[in-house]
Amino acid sequence: MKAARTYPARRDDVRLLVVDGATGSLREGRTPALPSLLASGDLLVVNDAATLPASLHGRDAADAPLEARLISADSERGAGHFWAVLFGAGDWHQRTEDRPPPPALAAGARLRFGGLAAQIVALSPVSPRLVALRFGDADDAVWAALYREGRPVQYSYLAHELPLWAVQTAYAGRPWAFEMPSAGRPLSWEILLALSRRGVRWAFLTHAAGLSSTGDPVLDAALPLPERFDIPASTIAAIADTHQQGGRVIAVGTTVVRALEGGSAPDGSLREGSGVTDLRIGPGYRPRVVDGILSGIHTAAESHFALLAAFAPLDLLRSAERYAEAHGFTSHELGDAMLILPATRRPLRLPDARPGRSDDARI
Amino acid sequence: MSTTEATQSAPAALVTGGSRGLGRALGLALAAAGSPVVLVAREQGPLDQVVAEIRARGGRAHGIAADIADREAVAAIAGQATALIGPIDLLINNASTLGPAPLRLLLDTDCEDLSRALEVNLVAAFRLTKALAGSMVLRRRGTIVNISSDAAVEAYPRWGAYAASKAALDHLGRIWAAELEGTGVCVLTVDPGEMNTRMHADAIPDADPASLADPARVATKIVGWLTGKVSGSPASGQRVAVPLAEGRTS
Repeated sequence: MKAARTYPARRDDVRLLVVDGATGSLREGRTPALPSLLASGDLLVVNDAATLPASLHGRDAADAPLEARLISADSERGAGHFWAVLFGAGDWHQRTEDRPPPPALAAGARLRFGGLAAQIVALSPVSPRLVALRFGDADDAVWAALYREGRPVQYSYLAHELPLWAVQTAYAGRPWAFEMPSAGRPLSWEILLALSRRGVRWAFLTHAAGLSSTGDPVLDAALPLPERFDIPASTIAAIADTHQQGGRVIAVGTTVVRALEGGSAPDGSLREGSGVTDLRIGPGYRPRVVDGILSGIHTAAESHFALLAAFAPLDLLRSAERYAEAHGFTSHELGDAMLILPATRRPLRLPDARPGRSDDARI
Repeated sequence: MSTTEATQSAPAALVTGGSRGLGRALGLALAAAGSPVVLVAREQGPLDQVVAEIRARGGRAHGIAADIADREAVAAIAGQATALIGPIDLLINNASTLGPAPLRLLLDTDCEDLSRALEVNLVAAFRLTKALAGSMVLRRRGTIVNISSDAAVEAYPRWGAYAASKAALDHLGRIWAAELEGTGVCVLTVDPGEMNTRMHADAIPDADPASLADPARVATKIVGWLTGKVSGSPASGQRVAVPLAEGRTS
C-alpha cells in the first residue's frame, strides 16, 4: 500500500474505511462524516500526548556520527533521563533497515547533539543499541536544549521533513509521545464539536507512545516497550457511564487501547492516575474496556494489525486491507483512516437501584 | 504529576513578555497566588532574573527564551512549557511590540513595521492560543487573556500600527470566546491602562511617572479577577479595563 508522503491540505479531510463488525461489511467515506457514523451515547477516547522532537543528530567522543531516537522517559532514573535507540550515519531519507549500525558504545560514553550533551548510563539487555541517556538534571535547560536540537522522528517515505507543529494533534497537551499518536490527526475541532452536538462524547488520556519501528529485527521484536499512561477520573467516569447506557467506547489509536486495556483490572474497571503497561494485544485478546477503534490504515505486515484483530475478525480485516490496497488508500502516519465498529453492542447494564439517585431521569 | 492533581490546584500559567513590565508583574502575582508559571521572553538574562526572583519568594517558575513571532518556535514553547508545569490552564498573551520609537505618523510608517506589529501582537498570540487552547477545550478548563490597550479603541495619532494590531486582537478575542462558548474555556481582553513600564517610556518619554499605574498593582488586580478573589470577574468575551485609580501607587 502507498504511504502518504505529505499531510493532507486539511487535517480533517481524509478517506475513511469503515469496517462494520455488526454486518461484516466495508463502507467508504471521508473523515468529516465521522459524526454520522457514531451514535448518541458513544464515547471517543483520544490520546492527548503532544509529540516530542525525539530525533537527535550528533556525534560520539570519537566524532563518529549517530542519531538517537528517544523512545521513552527513563522514569526510574528521573528528570533528564531517557531511553533511546541509536542509529549510525545517515538520516531519515534512508529506510532505517538500510542505515549502518551506530558505533559500539559502552556505558559511560559521552555523546554530543549540537549544544546538548548526553552520557550513556546503561545499555539494555535487549540490544546494545537501546541505551539509557542522561542529559542533565536541570529541567529548564534540558527541555530547552531538547526542543532546540531535536526534530520530530521522520519517515523515509516522506516528501519533505515534518516540522514540530505538523506532528501535533489539535488537542495536544503534555509532550509524552515520541512519535505522533497519528490516529487522532484527522480529528479537527470542527469534527469534535460536531460529535458533541450529536451526543457523542469525547474523553482523553495521556499515553507515552514510543517508536513504532526501528528497522532492527531484534529491537522491533521487543516493541512496544513498556509505556506510561495517565487516565483522569473524568474519563473513567465517562467510560463507566457509556457502558452502563449501552454506548460504545471507541479508542482513537492503538495507544489508547494499550492504556485502557493495560490499565484495567480483569473485570474491566479502571483506576485513576498513572501507570505503565507492557500489554501486547493480538488476535484472541478479548477487550475489557474498548469496543471499537479509529486508526490509520494498517497492513498485515505491521504490528498494529495484530492489535486491530482484537476488534474485528481477521478475515474481515484482510478484506479491508485488500479493499484499501485496490482503491488507493494511503497508509502510515499521514495517511487515510479506518474505523472499526464492534460486532455487538454491550449488554445494557441498568444503573444500581440505589435510593436517592437522581439519574433515573435519564432512562 | 497526575491530571487530577493538576485540575485541583492553582492554574498552570504561561505569560509571554514575562521578563519586564506587566508580564513580569503578572508572573510574580500568579506565582504568589500559588500558580506554577512559565515566562516567555526573548532575552535570557532578564528572564533568568525574574525566575530567580519568583523562586526566591518560594514560587514555582521557569523561563523559556524564545521569540513568539518565530512561527517554528510556537510548538516548542507549548511543548516545553507543558513539560515543565503540566497542561497550561492560563495563557496570558502579554508580549507586544510598539514598533520603532519615537512613534510615527501613518504616512511615515514603513509597511514592514505595520507587518511586524501585526505579526507579534496579533498573529503570534493567535498561534500560541491555537497551540494551547485545544488541550484546554479537551480538559474543559482554561482561560486565555489578551492584553490590549485603550489605543485599540481610541484613534490616537502616531499609534497606528500598534493600535490596529490591538484592535484586531480584541476582535479575535471576541470570536475565540464565541466559538469556545460552552466548552469551559474563557477568553478575556484586558486593558491594563497606562503603566510605568519601559514600553510606555519608549512611546511617551516625557510622561510623568506619578501619573502612571504601577504594573505590580495592575497585575494584582488582574490576577484577582482571574482567581475569582475580587468581585466583578469578567465573563468570557468581555473586554475589561483596569481603572487607573486602582493601579496608581498613591
